[in-house]
Amino acid sequence: MPRQVTTLAIFFLILGGLLVLARHYFVPKSFGELGHYRAEAIQANTDRPLVYAGREVCAACHPEIAEMHGQAHHKTVACEVCHGAAAAHAESPTEFKPPAPRQRGYCPLCHGYDPSRPTGFPQIDPIMHNPVQPCITCHNPHAPVPPQVPRECSACHGEIARTKSISKHAAIPCTRCHETQEKHKAEPLLSTPTKPTTHDFCGQCHGLEANAPSEIPRVDLASHGERYVCWQCHYSHLPEVQ
Amino acid sequence: MNTEQSAPPDAPEPVADASLDRREFLAKCLAASPLVLTVIGVARSEAQNEKEKSYNPQEHYYGMGVDVSKCIGCGRCAEACKTENNVPREPFYFRTWVERYVITPQGETMVSSPNGGIEGFPSPVSEKGILRTFFVPKLCNHCANPPCVQVCPVGATFITQDGVVLVDKDYCIGCRYCIQACPYGARFLHPETGTAEKCTFCYHRVVQGKAPACVEVCPTGARIFGEVGARSSPLNRFMRFNEIQVLKPNLNTEPKVYYARLDGEVR
Repeated sequence: MPRQVTTLAIFFLILGGLLVLARHYFVPKSFGELGHYRAEAIQANTDRPLVYAGREVCAACHPEIAEMHGQAHHKTVACEVCHGAAAAHAESPTEFKPPAPRQRGYCPLCHGYDPSRPTGFPQIDPIMHNPVQPCITCHNPHAPVPPQVPRECSACHGEIARTKSISKHAAIPCTRCHETQEKHKAEPLLSTPTKPTTHDFCGQCHGLEANAPSEIPRVDLASHGERYVCWQCHYSHLPEVQ
Repeated sequence: MNTEQSAPPDAPEPVADASLDRREFLAKCLAASPLVLTVIGVARSEAQNEKEKSYNPQEHYYGMGVDVSKCIGCGRCAEACKTENNVPREPFYFRTWVERYVITPQGETMVSSPNGGIEGFPSPVSEKGILRTFFVPKLCNHCANPPCVQVCPVGATFITQDGVVLVDKDYCIGCRYCIQACPYGARFLHPETGTAEKCTFCYHRVVQGKAPACVEVCPTGARIFGEVGARSSPLNRFMRFNEIQVLKPNLNTEPKVYYARLDGEVR
C-alpha cells in the first residue's frame, strides 16, 4: 500500500473520530429520540403547575352552589371565569381566597350591549339599566334570571327600539309586523317572533290602492321588486336609509 | 442495587489495609462503574415507563373547534391564558386573543384587538356604519404541516405525537425565524427569556386530562377542545354538525383549529 494512502487513511480516520466526538458533545442527549427535537423538551412543557383548577374541582367542595349553577342559565360559565384562577385555593383553601367580583363593572364585560355580540345574547346598556346599583342586588350570579318578565320589546331590543323611534315608522308598534307569542318574553329562543312573509303585507300601506294617508310613499307592487319580500332590501326599522 | 452498596465498603479499606493502594482502588471502581450505571439507568427508565403509562401521546391527536357565532368578545380566554401560562402582561404578548371584525356598508373591513380583548371592546364601533360585525378568537393553529417547525434552524420547535406544536425553550436560540414564518401571527419572543413562545394547547393541563385554560373559562362554549378523528369526542361532534373552515387554507398548513360560521373576510 502506498505511503500516501496510509497517511490519508489515518487523516480521515482522525477526522471521522473528531466528527463522532463533536457530535457526541454538541448534539443534546435526547435529540432525535422522537423526531428532530429534544424529547426532554416535552417533559419541560408538561412539568408546569396548574393555575386554573377546573370546575370539577370546585364542585367537589361546593356541591350546593355547583348544583344550583349547573341547572341555571350560567351553567356553561365556569366558576373561574368570575372568581379567577383557583388552583391555589384548591390546594390550601384557607390561605388563598378567590375573589368575587361584586362591583357593577364586571358583568357588562359579557352583558354590556355590543353590536358585535351574537343576536339573542342577553345584553343591557350599562348606562341606562338601573344605574349605580350592583348587578347582584337583583340578579343571582349563580342562577341568573331576569327579575321580571320584560314588558316592552325595547327591554331586550333596545338598539332597534332607539333606531325605530327616530324613523318614519316610529308610531308603528313592533307587533304590527312581528307576531309575537307571550312565551317569547320568558323564553326568547323557544318561540321566535315572525317577520312579514309577503309583498302584500307592506302593500297594506305602500301599495298603489292602499287605504292609507296620502303622504306615505307608494310603489306598484306588480312591478317593484316582485321576487323579494320588502325587508330584504329596505330596513324597516329605519326605512329612510338606503 | 447490591453493587451500589458493595462499592462504598471498598472505599474505607485502603485506609485500614495498606495492601490496597490507590491504583488498585481506582481499577476496582472502574470495573464496578458499568454495573452501577446500569442499575441507575434501569431504575431511571422504569420511572420513565411509569410516567408514560399514565399518558400515552400516541393515543391522542388534539385539535380545537371555534364557533364564531358564539363568541361574545369578553376576552376571558385571553385573560385566562395569560394567567395560566405566565404570559407577560404587556399588550403585545398573546398566546390567544380576540379580534373584532367590523365590515362597513362600503365593504371596508376593520379589525381591532385592543389588549387582546382582555378589557373588553370599546363602543361605538364605526362612524361609517356597520354592515356586519363579529368577534373571532385566534390562537396557534397547531398546523399538521407547520411552517414554524420547518424553519427552525436548531430543532427547538416541534410537533409532538399528539399533534401539538411546542417550543423547547431551553434549546431555542431566539433567532425569530419561526415568528416570521407563522402565517397566523401566533408567536412572539418572550421579553425575559429571549426565546420564542406560543400557545401549547395548555399541554401541561391536557396531559392531566384537563381542558386548556381558554376552553375552561369560555362562558359560551365557543371553544371546543378534543380529539381529531376520534369517534366520540366533543370536537368530532362539533365538526359533524357544523360546516368547518380553517384560516388561510391556501397555504396548505393544515391547521387543527377548526372554525364554524367563519365570515369570508376573516384572514
